[in-house]
Amino acid sequence: MKKVYQLEDLDCANCAAKMERAIAKIEGVESVSVSFLSQRLSIEAEEEQFEEIMDKVVKVCKKVEPDCIIHR
Amino acid sequence: MKRFSLSRKDRRNLIRIIIALVLFFAIFITDKCITLASVFSGPWAWVFPFCLYLVVYLIIGYDVLWRAIRNICHGQVFDENFLMCIATLGAFALAIYRGVTGLEIEGFDEACAVLLFYQVGEWFQSFATGRSRKSIAKLMDIRPDYANVLRNGEAGRVDPSEVEVGELILINPGEKVPLDGVVEKGASTLDTKALTGESLPREVAEGSEVISGSVNLTSQLLVRVTKKFYDSTVSKILELVESASEQKSKAENFITKFAKYYTPIVVGVAVLLAVVPGLITSDWSTWIYRALSFLVVSCPCALVISIPLSFFAGIGAASRYGILIKGSNYLEKFNSANTFVFDKTGTLTKGNFAVAKISPAAREEEVLRLAAIAEHDSSHPIAKSITAKYQGTPEGGYTLTNLAGAGIRAEKDGDVILCGNEKLMRENNIAYVPEKGVGTVVYVAKNGEFVGSLLITDEVKPETKEVIGALNKMGAKTVMLTGDNEAIASSVAKEIGLTGYKAGLLPQNKVEEVEKMLAAQGKRDVLCFVGDGINDAPVLMRSDVGIAMGGVGSDAAIEASDIVLMKDDLRGLPLAKRIARKTMTIVMENIIFSIVVKVAILILSAVGIANMWLAVFGDVGVAVIAILNAMRVNSKY
Repeated sequence: MKKVYQLEDLDCANCAAKMERAIAKIEGVESVSVSFLSQRLSIEAEEEQFEEIMDKVVKVCKKVEPDCIIHR
Repeated sequence: MKRFSLSRKDRRNLIRIIIALVLFFAIFITDKCITLASVFSGPWAWVFPFCLYLVVYLIIGYDVLWRAIRNICHGQVFDENFLMCIATLGAFALAIYRGVTGLEIEGFDEACAVLLFYQVGEWFQSFATGRSRKSIAKLMDIRPDYANVLRNGEAGRVDPSEVEVGELILINPGEKVPLDGVVEKGASTLDTKALTGESLPREVAEGSEVISGSVNLTSQLLVRVTKKFYDSTVSKILELVESASEQKSKAENFITKFAKYYTPIVVGVAVLLAVVPGLITSDWSTWIYRALSFLVVSCPCALVISIPLSFFAGIGAASRYGILIKGSNYLEKFNSANTFVFDKTGTLTKGNFAVAKISPAAREEEVLRLAAIAEHDSSHPIAKSITAKYQGTPEGGYTLTNLAGAGIRAEKDGDVILCGNEKLMRENNIAYVPEKGVGTVVYVAKNGEFVGSLLITDEVKPETKEVIGALNKMGAKTVMLTGDNEAIASSVAKEIGLTGYKAGLLPQNKVEEVEKMLAAQGKRDVLCFVGDGINDAPVLMRSDVGIAMGGVGSDAAIEASDIVLMKDDLRGLPLAKRIARKTMTIVMENIIFSIVVKVAILILSAVGIANMWLAVFGDVGVAVIAILNAMRVNSKY
C-alpha cells in the first residue's frame, strides 16, 4: 500500500535525506521518498502492518528532526 | 511588494537577523576603533568584549544551540546545528584562552560572525525554497475548491469530491471547472492556460467536453459530470506534479550519497587535524582553530538543497508551458535524448484527412461536386474530407450503393456516378488517368466516362517541419513509425526532413521496432517515443522517455508517459529540451562549484591560509550562490 503524507516544518534538506535513509531501514517499508521541496513523505509498506510501521516512522523522524510534524 | 511576502517564520527570523547584524556591526566597529579589550585593563580585560559579543551570539543563535542540545540527546552527532555550535563555541573558548593567557585579545568577533552568517544563509535558503514552492503552488491554483451541484432542482456548493458521475453542475463565469464533463446547456469560452499553457481561450457549446481546471470566462454552463474528482484531469495533473520530486535523478542520488560520507569524513579529519599536529607541535590553539574552520565547512547543505531545487525549478518552468515532466530523472534523461521516434498519425500529422489535389484542374468543381454527392452520407474519414472540402450541401435524391472494397455508386434518373479506387474504375472498364501523388486517391466517373480524381492526404502539422529541423540540428535522430505503405512514408519523411522511417507497421509491430532500436543503441543513448497516447501506451512505456501529446483528457496517455505535452503542439519538444539542458547545466555547475570551493577552503584552512571568515563563506556563501544559480532555471524560455 502506498500513502502520501504532508510534512510540516521540515527545515533542512539534509534532514530530509537523513529521514529517508532512516525510514528505509524500518522493517516492512518497501519504498520511501521524503521530498524536502514539496514537503511530502510518500511511503510504500505492507498493508497489514501499515499503522505499526507509521508509528515507527514518526518515532524515527522525531529523532532526526524534532520540529517536523507528519500529518497523518 | 506583494511578490516578496514572507511567511511568518521567515519574517520573524529576518527581524532577528537584522537586529543581530546591527548590534554586531556596532560592536565590531567600536571594537576596531577603540579596542574594547583595552577599555578595562588587567587580566580580566577580555570579559568586556566577550560579554558584548556573547549577547549578539545568543540573540542570533539561541535556537541553534537549543536544537544542538536536543539533537545530541537523540544521538544525532553529525547534526549541522551541533557542528556549528562546536565550531563557534570552540572559537569563543580559544579567544577566552588567549585572553586568560595574556595574548592579544581577538576572535570573539569571528565566533559571533560565523553563527550570524550561518543564520543569514539558513534564512536565505528558507526564503528561496519558499519562493520556488510558491511558484509551483501557482500551478496548483488549478485546484477547484467547490462545485455548484444541482440536486432536487437546487444548486448547492459542495466539495468536488462529493459529486457523483452523472450529476449536473453549474459553472458560473469566473469559476473553475471542478470536474470533467460534457456541456448540457449553454455556450462559453474557457481559459485553459493553467492546464496547457495555451493562451487562446477555447470555445465550448452544447455537447463539448469540458476539462476540470480550466476557468469559465463568459457565461454560465450546465455540465453533466463524466468523471469522479479523483479521476478527473485536475486531480491527475496535481498528483503528477506533486509527486514529480519523488522520482530522483542520478545527480540527486549522487548528492545524497556524497552528503552521507562528506560530513563524517570532514569531522574525522577535523579531529585528526586538532589532535595529531597539536601533539607534535604542542601549538594547540593554532591547530584547534584550523579544525574548527573545518567544522564550519562540514555541512553539505549547499549541494543537498541546490540540486533538487534546480530540478524542481526546471519541472516548474516546464509546467508553465504546459509540459508535465513526471520526475527529475526524466528531465535528466530527456536532456541526453538523441533518438526521437514519432508515431505518424496524430503526432507528426493532424490525423485528419484532407483533399490535397483535384485533377484535372480545369474540371475541379465538377469532380468535387460529383464526389460529394456520392460520399456525403459516409462516415469514413476519406469521405468526410471530401464533404468538408465541398462545404455546400450536395445535390440529393441519389440512390447510394456501397460497393465494398471499391467505392460508392450513386444513381438518379439514369445518371450513374461511380466514386472509388482504381479497382472500381477497372471493373467498369473506365479509361482513368492514374494519379501519381502520394496518398489515397478517389476516382470519379459519370455515365461510364472518367471525370477526374481527388488526392487525399493526411495533413502534416504546420510546425512539424520546423520541429524536426530543430531536433536534427541538436544532433538527434528522428524516426517515424507508420502503418502507411513505403511510398507514402518515404515521401512524408522526405518532406519534413526525418532522418529515418519504418513503414507498413501494424500497431503491435511498433513495440517490436522500438525494442529493436533500444537493443541497438549504446549505453548513453536515450530513446524518446512521441505519440498521441491513443493505442500506443505500450510503446510509451517501453521507451526510455515516453512523451504523450495533447494529454488533456487522455488518462491513458498521462498514465503511460513520462512527459506529457498538454498542448497538441510539437514545439513543446525543443522547448522541453532547452529547459532540460539549462537545468542540467545549472545542476552540473552547482555540483562542481560547491565541491571545488569546499575542498579548496578545506585545504586552505588546513594549511592555515584560510580563516574562519572564509570558512563561513564556504558554507553559507556557496549555498546562497548555488541557490541563486538554481533559481535561474525558472526563467523565460
